[in-house]
Amino acid sequence: MLFEILNIISKWAIPFLLLVIPLYGLIKKVPVYETFVEGAEEGFTTAIKIIPFLVGMMVAISVFRASGAMEVLSNILEPVTSKMGAPAEILPLAIMRPLSGSGVLGLATELMRIYGPDSFIGRLASVMQGTTDTTFFVLTVYFGSVGIKKYRYSIVTGLVADISGFIASLYICNLLFR
Amino acid sequence: MLNVIWLLLLVSGIITAALNGNIEIVTEAALGAAKGAVEICFDLVGVMALWLGIMKIAERAGLVEGLARIMKPLMTKLFPGVPAEHPAMGAIILNLSANMLGLGNAATPFGMKAMQELQKLNNYSKEASEAMCTFLALNTSCITLIPATIIGVRLSLGSANPVEIVGPCIFATSVSMMIAVSLDYWFRNKSPLRRTK
Repeated sequence: MLFEILNIISKWAIPFLLLVIPLYGLIKKVPVYETFVEGAEEGFTTAIKIIPFLVGMMVAISVFRASGAMEVLSNILEPVTSKMGAPAEILPLAIMRPLSGSGVLGLATELMRIYGPDSFIGRLASVMQGTTDTTFFVLTVYFGSVGIKKYRYSIVTGLVADISGFIASLYICNLLFR
Repeated sequence: MLNVIWLLLLVSGIITAALNGNIEIVTEAALGAAKGAVEICFDLVGVMALWLGIMKIAERAGLVEGLARIMKPLMTKLFPGVPAEHPAMGAIILNLSANMLGLGNAATPFGMKAMQELQKLNNYSKEASEAMCTFLALNTSCITLIPATIIGVRLSLGSANPVEIVGPCIFATSVSMMIAVSLDYWFRNKSPLRRTK
């Protein structure tokens, strides 16, 4: 039941927006096609503007991950997080969460393939994947698109949100799925 | 802060690779990621153009302003520095709604539009404004009602109940959102005045 409803919403959301907004524009006598093109023009310049920011961030994250430094960090954190009810297998995912969205999705998929999507690890990985956004991607891309170089306290806020999301996921999964 | 994190990621990666006797991996990872970043940006061009076009229609038709008006009581509390009917408000609402519904590809263009509007109100063009920090605090921690991607993965791996994680996701994101908003509020009130123009 829930699955059907969610499925319908996610299937229809985009077609719905593409239908309703231009139709409403037509009612309000907006020249819809010309206006669309005018807005779309900004797409290119905005996407190009974020290239240097994204290259810088992705290179550092990729070196960190591929070199094995991520595993080192995850081994250091393991004694603390195991007390909080986190299986060791889940730690790389928690570390990647604020750094790379595609990295987290890859790790979560891999864990579910090994342990099964309905295992404790599989469920926890799913919840963690669905919780909080990729802080560094969002900050890099959003600030980059307007040329802001000083992020001030927003990094700390984002990271604390990630950590609290991780703890909340652990808590709820231990409560419901253990 | 960002300088430190960036350097830490790079330096710890290079040292680990060297200690493991596998320094080639650094070159490979760095060059691969640089290429990958540009590919992501190019993939973004089309999606950005599509949603910014649709958004322009919504703007001209008064939809974005209407949204901002409906959400005014909440939005003016969260963003005291932004005028209630400013276009930034509508873009922020669109971005957060897209995030909640798991429409990541629509959320990014709306979010960038919101940033551009907020930048017009920013007196220090190189530094984040308070409103930007609040917006990103909301954005990165935003409640997820439909974690569409992971439901899809679970389904494809044969889960007996792919959506059982929706409730826990809503719980966890609610917690992280509350904490992010409170922390941002605290920072905003204690953070020293900005100096650089």
